[in-house]
Amino acid sequence: MQELIATLETQSDPLPGAAFEPAIVAFVCNWCTYTAADLAGTSRMVQSPNVRLVRMMCTGMVDPKYIIKALLGGADAVLVSGCHPGDCHYINGNYKARRRVKLLMEILPRFGIDSRRIKLTWVGASEGNEFAATVNRFAAEIKELGPIDTRRLPLL
Amino acid sequence: MGSIARIEVKDGNPVAALQNFCARLLADSEITAVLAPRQLPGNRGAMPALVAAPEQLHDIDPLAPSFRLNAARMLTRLTRGADDGGLVAALLRPCEVRAFIELCKLNQGSLENTLLVSLDCPGAFSNTDYPRFAANSGDTWSLVQFLGTSGRGTHGGIEIARACCTCEHTTGAEADLSIGLFGQDVEKGLLLMANTPRGEGFMTRLGLPEATDDGSRDKALEALLAERRAAQELMFAETTAATSDMTGLSQFLSACVNCYNCRAACPVCYCKECVFLTDVFEHKPWQYLSWARQRGALKMPTDTVFFHLTRLAHMSTACVGCGQCSNACPNGVPVMELFKTIAAATQKAFEYEAGRDPGEAPPLSVFREREFPELTGGLD
Ligand code: SF4
Ligand code: SF4
Ligand code: FES
Repeated sequence: MQELIATLETQSDPLPGAAFEPAIVAFVCNWCTYTAADLAGTSRMVQSPNVRLVRMMCTGMVDPKYIIKALLGGADAVLVSGCHPGDCHYINGNYKARRRVKLLMEILPRFGIDSRRIKLTWVGASEGNEFAATVNRFAAEIKELGPIDTRRLPLL
Repeated sequence: MGSIARIEVKDGNPVAALQNFCARLLADSEITAVLAPRQLPGNRGAMPALVAAPEQLHDIDPLAPSFRLNAARMLTRLTRGADDGGLVAALLRPCEVRAFIELCKLNQGSLENTLLVSLDCPGAFSNTDYPRFAANSGDTWSLVQFLGTSGRGTHGGIEIARACCTCEHTTGAEADLSIGLFGQDVEKGLLLMANTPRGEGFMTRLGLPEATDDGSRDKALEALLAERRAAQELMFAETTAATSDMTGLSQFLSACVNCYNCRAACPVCYCKECVFLTDVFEHKPWQYLSWARQRGALKMPTDTVFFHLTRLAHMSTACVGCGQCSNACPNGVPVMELFKTIAAATQKAFEYEAGRDPGEAPPLSVFREREFPELTGGLD
């Protein structure tokens, strides 16, 4: 995770004059969304290169602190994506993830982090198309929104 | 509405009356010991003591406006896994009762083997202020004055803690028994109210004279609550304005030295091993240097905002607003202000209230199959 943040920061430092390229961290479930991402890749679908995938065994293990750390560490947005309701390999991990995302949506926007920077989606293993579309849409949205404040603020 | 009795006060001394009440509890065959605040030597305030022998009740002082720590955690140690069949009677502030209920939901303590007795709470001074208050006004007369004002205004120029000024849970109706101070002439008598079947059982056995509710407590309470709610709104507005962006939040927390005392003092932060004290935060030198290079400079210790945001995410739904975090902070960081403000929002989002009802599951421990469709663009 720390190494990931370190690369994020070096890679996404905008060169003067260069267009803003958002850095998005995606926590994806091994059984569904990660498989969909793999499918999208092997089927050579066009995908925005702004997303760094972190493969989790289940969205139910995405602790709120991972999302907070990513956003404080300079990620412009975070995507959490797992199995459709009813399809979670661990039965209900995705429902727990939904509550945690709800919780963060209540907390982080109060400190000026735009709620559009946090996204939760359900993408099944066979939905390579859907994954590519989600990622492209999200990257475009964040591009529009601009870089997150925490990139330039001195970290406390 | 449960039954009501009267605790007679003799010689204008309500503290002695409560010591007497504790003696009655101890005399009951079901009660093995009483946990209650006891005066510390040298006017330092009060801390909980577990009293098993009635002759040791002389320094018990549940009315001292001192709140050195939240006793909920102490009561978990006395109740979790206790199997001797007896009950520990605990005299607690309402926020201690609510913290204890939260801890029981998390299997840290047990409501089975305790008799919870809560007192109407006029508030308390911070740990640094209490000795100053006590030095000028440590006698019964000043205490009665203090109780008469329900912790309003200043006492010898000293105000009660801000957590108390902004607290809207001044009574502990969640406990088995509550002791009523508000609207009473505390030099003459106090009220005892039963709220649960267990409380009713003790009410009959304690053999105290019956009393009727003349409405004076409710009236006093209503006036106090109106003031407290207004103070709370003001605090929420101030805190929200001061922390509306990351720069504001950083400033708000800038005196923090990452000592984690606020976490240690928080009754509902119950993890045995907090992630912030583990190897995860033992960074290697190269890591610090690489962060410093990326940003040009790195504040040390690192991860201060991260710590507070994570604690908000992990426990704000359980925050009872007791203010012990601010009380414990050596650097005057307004931790309680931040936590109480955010807790109000997160608890509302899950239609939850910490400590309200032992049967209400903590919001992050449960889920519904269909909920919050707005999070996934209407797909559930
Ligand atoms: S965060 Fe502070 S106010 Fe809330 S329960 Fe913990 S110590 Fe009490
Ligand atoms: S807010 Fe205060 S008590 Fe908490 S870690 Fe920072 S300095 Fe320590
Ligand atoms: S296994 Fe995919 S969300 Fe739980």
